Amino acid sequence: MNARPLPRLQGLTREFYAWCARGQLRFQRCAACDAWRHVPREMCARCGSLEWRWEKSAGTGQVYTWTTVERPMHPAFAGDAPYAVVVVEMAEGVRFASTVTNCPPERLRIGMPVRVVFERRTREIALPRFVRADGAQQRGPWGRTRP
Amino acid sequence: MSAPSPVRPPTVARAHSGVSSSLRDRACIIGIGETAYSRGGTPELSQLGLQLQASARAIEDAGLKHTDIDGILPFPALATAEELAANLGVEDLRFAATLHMGGAAPVAALQAAAMAVATGVARHVLIPAGWNGYSGRRTREIVASDEGAIPGGAVARDYYMPFGLTAPLQWYSLMARRHMHEYGTTPEQLGAIAMTMRQHAQLNPNAVMRGKPMSMDEYLASPLIADPYRLFDCCLETDGAAAVVVTTAERARDLRRRAVYIMAVAEGHPYPADDLLNRPDPFSVGLTYAAPKAFGDAGVRPEDADFAQIYDCFTFEVLQQIEEAGFCARGEGGAFVEGGRIALGGALPVNTHGRLLSEAHVLGLGHIVEAVRQLRGDARERQVAGAEIGVVTGWGDFGDGSIAILRN
Repeated sequence: MNARPLPRLQGLTREFYAWCARGQLRFQRCAACDAWRHVPREMCARCGSLEWRWEKSAGTGQVYTWTTVERPMHPAFAGDAPYAVVVVEMAEGVRFASTVTNCPPERLRIGMPVRVVFERRTREIALPRFVRADGAQQRGPWGRTRP
Repeated sequence: MSAPSPVRPPTVARAHSGVSSSLRDRACIIGIGETAYSRGGTPELSQLGLQLQASARAIEDAGLKHTDIDGILPFPALATAEELAANLGVEDLRFAATLHMGGAAPVAALQAAAMAVATGVARHVLIPAGWNGYSGRRTREIVASDEGAIPGGAVARDYYMPFGLTAPLQWYSLMARRHMHEYGTTPEQLGAIAMTMRQHAQLNPNAVMRGKPMSMDEYLASPLIADPYRLFDCCLETDGAAAVVVTTAERARDLRRRAVYIMAVAEGHPYPADDLLNRPDPFSVGLTYAAPKAFGDAGVRPEDADFAQIYDCFTFEVLQQIEEAGFCARGEGGAFVEGGRIALGGALPVNTHGRLLSEAHVLGLGHIVEAVRQLRGDARERQVAGAEIGVVTGWGDFGDGSIAILRN
């Protein structure tokens, strides 16, 4: 009964996840002043321009902070605990909440380099996930960092 | 990481602009009311019923009749002004507004109420809040609900929830860990906050946690919920309601109660307010903007406060607000809360009633009630001797903030 929550595909959010479904992480970039931005917005908060483009992210970043959820509040995640939600600061400067799929919570460190991978959820939606990008040996239990 | 911030924030007015608010001392809190606070047992009153009981007590405390109320500022997503007015028999409701700031709404409502009475839009403004936070719909049910009430709105729904980030304590735990990383804040310092609130609750007959003192060992042994938050870092879920009545300073002189003056009040919104994660300054919250304005308007400094009632949804938010309100510098909050400084008898007693962590969760309204009680000299065993100036804060959503500086 409790399906994993998915983004609602409307407006700019539909476009963001459509790029993900094609295997590309793209963020908005202002056409006038080149500022990167996320979450998606209509106007550049730096220069006021309404012109922008979806520009491909390098797909790399570092763990900015994280929390290990021991007692999920949402029933859809009850079977996953403990799981870690990380905030990744991308090379472009924007921050994105996700998970690191190949690192147990106790090994997470602020500053850990990560790169994006995609988890296909529906025909229209793929969720950006991350894997360690520091070449560390990746031993199980991988499953503990779900979802 | 060295990448530039994607967005440049507006300049934060850390120093007061020099423009003084015309509201200084023009409005007073003249009535306070509370229900009993409880968790467990069968609730006798609905959410609306609780709010009406607290409201009636506040109106009576002010020496007013229900029909004197002509402004109502209800809490978001609970009983509406129309429902409250219909039940109270308020025939001529001249001002009704809801501030969508979560737990920051009641203190922000003091600002709206002060503006309303100072301009003559309304004479007696009621600010209620309350819920069946234990026996009714619980937070874990609200976060699993499909529509409308999802905390954090569309950004949380589309960019946080799909990844398992589903509830306020999880959002804020991200900030707590980053603070620990940058400033060395420790679990024991968060524990000092939880223990102090619990200690204060022992002096409060209406506190749910009265009779249940807590040691640091017990705090540290409580289970992790969303690391670094443990169970005892989290606010209570309780049934109850509280209310206050605001009027003008002139009108207050005719009423029976000792007036508590709103020296200054301000609300603030973080930038950006709708996304917790993409802030150029991750610790800058609504209070960062609101506090310098409020202290400037009041003409006092944080160290002039005899106590502070600080919205305590979780322990780290107390520490963060102590820093952002200016009671200490950013990064020094951990040391500030140690050694009894925030306990009764310390330099800045915080949450003298035990509040959300140990008294009851009535959505920030109880912090105002306790501040008024302290400034009336009615706090009995937990009275701060000679209290003249008190600070109250509110915190909601992704760090919306509000602050009132009150005096007697």
